Amino acid sequence: MSENALTPGIIAGRLDAASLAENFSDLHPPLDDHEALVAADRCYFCHDAPCMTACPTTIDIPLFIRQIATGTPEAAAETILNQNILGGMCARVCPTETLCEEVCVREAAEGKPVLIGQLQRYATDVLMATGKHPFARAEPTGKKVAVVGAGPAGLACAHRLAMLGHDVVVFDGRNKPGGLNEFGIASYKSVDGFAEREVDWLLQIGGITIKTGKRLGREVALADLRAAYDAVFLAIGLGGVNALGLAGEDKDGLSDAVDFIAELRQTGDLTKLPIGRDVVVIGGGMTAVDAAVQAKLLGALNVSLVYRRGRDRMNASRFEQDLAASKGVRIITNAAPVAVHGNGAVREIEFEYTDNDLNPTGQTFRLPADQVFKAIGQTLEGDDLPVLEARKIAVTGPGRTSVERVWAGGDCAAGGDDLTVTAVAEGRDTAIDIHATLVG
Amino acid sequence: MADLTSNFIGIISPNPFWLASAPPTDKEYNVRRAFEAGWGGVVWKTLGEAGPPVVNVNGPRYGAIWGADRRLLGLNNIELITDRPLEVNLEEMKRVKRDWPDRALIASLMVPVNEDAWKDILHRVEDTGCDGVELNFGCPHGMSERGMGSAVGQVPEYVGQVAHWCKKHSDLPVIVKLTPNITDIRKPAQAAKEGGADAVSLINTINSITSVNLDLFAPEPTIDGQGAHGGYCGPAVKPIALNMVAEIARDPATAGLPISGIGGVTTWRDAAEFMALGAGNVQVCTAAMTYGFKVVQEMISGLSQYMDEKGFTSVDQLVGRAVPNVVNWQDLNLNYIAKAKINQDECIKCGRCFAACEDTSHQAISMSQDRVFEVKDDECVACNLCVNVCPIEGCITMEPMAAGAVDPRTGQVVKEEYANWTTHPNNPGKCAAE
Repeated sequence: MSENALTPGIIAGRLDAASLAENFSDLHPPLDDHEALVAADRCYFCHDAPCMTACPTTIDIPLFIRQIATGTPEAAAETILNQNILGGMCARVCPTETLCEEVCVREAAEGKPVLIGQLQRYATDVLMATGKHPFARAEPTGKKVAVVGAGPAGLACAHRLAMLGHDVVVFDGRNKPGGLNEFGIASYKSVDGFAEREVDWLLQIGGITIKTGKRLGREVALADLRAAYDAVFLAIGLGGVNALGLAGEDKDGLSDAVDFIAELRQTGDLTKLPIGRDVVVIGGGMTAVDAAVQAKLLGALNVSLVYRRGRDRMNASRFEQDLAASKGVRIITNAAPVAVHGNGAVREIEFEYTDNDLNPTGQTFRLPADQVFKAIGQTLEGDDLPVLEARKIAVTGPGRTSVERVWAGGDCAAGGDDLTVTAVAEGRDTAIDIHATLVG
Repeated sequence: MADLTSNFIGIISPNPFWLASAPPTDKEYNVRRAFEAGWGGVVWKTLGEAGPPVVNVNGPRYGAIWGADRRLLGLNNIELITDRPLEVNLEEMKRVKRDWPDRALIASLMVPVNEDAWKDILHRVEDTGCDGVELNFGCPHGMSERGMGSAVGQVPEYVGQVAHWCKKHSDLPVIVKLTPNITDIRKPAQAAKEGGADAVSLINTINSITSVNLDLFAPEPTIDGQGAHGGYCGPAVKPIALNMVAEIARDPATAGLPISGIGGVTTWRDAAEFMALGAGNVQVCTAAMTYGFKVVQEMISGLSQYMDEKGFTSVDQLVGRAVPNVVNWQDLNLNYIAKAKINQDECIKCGRCFAACEDTSHQAISMSQDRVFEVKDDECVACNLCVNVCPIEGCITMEPMAAGAVDPRTGQVVKEEYANWTTHPNNPGKCAAE
């Protein structure tokens, strides 16, 4: 047990630097050349492959794996990136266990799918290590497009537009581009500043200007963008966080999981990052798991993840749930928060067990907590947006909104899963629609 | 455990697994360790004439091709016969045979095609106490350029002549090792038999270039920017070797001539297949070079288990058992009609059978929206390609149709009686039906 393990409160330095470095190393260490060949050889090169259908960006998976198997990972990377320009990040963060690898025929045959995600990472790593960018721009069209949000949807859209010959300006409210890739993903899934390197690599296409510190509704206005650009793509994500709606929610020690994840990603020295002794995370999605696991890895003594429904309803995949459990996170299901206890700062949080229809059972319990992370979903923020549907921007077809020459995609747009890969697909497809509209 | 004792042309060994004349049998140290591991016999690395020994290259001698996970499938070698002095080899052979009297020790020989040379070498090896000699008429590289090895094996008259000299000048059993680098393997086998040889062994290695270095633009293995063809062996050559063994076993001119089977024997099953096609024993090289001498222990236990399961009490009961079923194409029963059948419970829906059949065969497999693959009996010609490309063993099978049923492809009733091409109405040279 480390020296500070039992110290109450939210303090830094629960673990030494070496332990932290080990805890936050790559979740899936990269395949070496031989491992990649062995893994690639397991692919059956299926006809009309189910993995390809399951991929939101429709990457030709059997083809890229065969290209790896025949010693041309650079060609494999081009196959991937042609469909998904953020194929490197998606290889790291995609829940492959519920997408391509879930439907792999070897999953059906042996319960062991081809390691599609890790092979995709291998190929894209090889290409990116060369520093080369395999795509070139078409002849300039003279059209200018504004993209709002430099996350996966915005970057994918900007890259495809640039390829098609348009000039693109990307506005983002944060101080650097990348969106959730940079600020919203557990550190052990994207080590060594990968998100930043990937953006730099992507921008090599040329024709894309990034303007940071420009938030929609503050530094930039949709009306001005519509006036100054031929088209606008809104990819602003979900900036707000749902509240618990409990008295005492403003006590010290309660915060949003997304802020914790972002701070952890941006911090240079993990020994300086404070964490509670008894941490409770409320929620059942990927954000909740990322926060809970990282709290544990930072040295929290007890970490509980509490979700109001059953495990089968959790948005976090089974793999993510097992990952959390393996790191020592206690997963409690069918329990909803009912009260925050403590004097100024949170001391305990009280839950009531619920049945599968969320009906209260009258049975309650308390968990000691000096730090509570809320991860019960994010919401769209902003005024003067196009017409909404289910609290997101309504779109028809490839991202067309109610406002002329304004498209939307990624998490802020209605429809589709809130996944990086889905955002990339929407950004890419919207770019093609914008192009068709502009040059018609 | 079945008795694996082998009696091959009077040479007794505790099992039918011999190490072939090759790099593993080049010296006493190796051969002693091979016998300790359990090998039934050893054919010593080929001896040449007395005098200065041959030399080998000092760059790479081997090239390879690999399957998944670098499983070695084929090996190519350009090593020549032993490059150690003849006297040293002879002394070592004598010592080993003295210490291992129950194991077979065969001297492999390669000297120029003149009677005195063969007479001389035979007399020298007789002193070692070896159990027989094998005449190396097979090596396709280096020595063949000097008129030996496969240069002899490719001329049946030479094969018969040298075999005759050897029988004339020695009482030792004579095995003639054949090269596969020839159009008709039966001709040198016939010549060996006519020359008086007691047995043939085959195949020696196949002339080959393993690969080409696409940066140097040179064959591999590459020596100072150049490469020479070498001898190919290992699992990849087994089908070629099996056919050549069977051709000799079923040729009336050589039927009954003992055969030592060589070519890609890697497991007990490979050995059993060679023996079923007429080989009295087998010789192994690449498997030992890949995995070490210990592999023989799996061969021994596997063959023994198989023989027990079949109720065979002697390896002789296995030898040649499949030979009567090896026929020419024209003898195959054209009234035998089968259809592919896909077991839906086993199918993992990869669609390889569909792609193969649709693109390259008879468009006899259908694919539904939900990836159910089914055989269209009215198109299926039972070619077996779907079985071969299916990754799941036993998922697709070939089911024979019963006599009396109607083949949906042709609309014809399946006949019970046997009928082959020789009597088929489409055959312009058919024999009149009697």
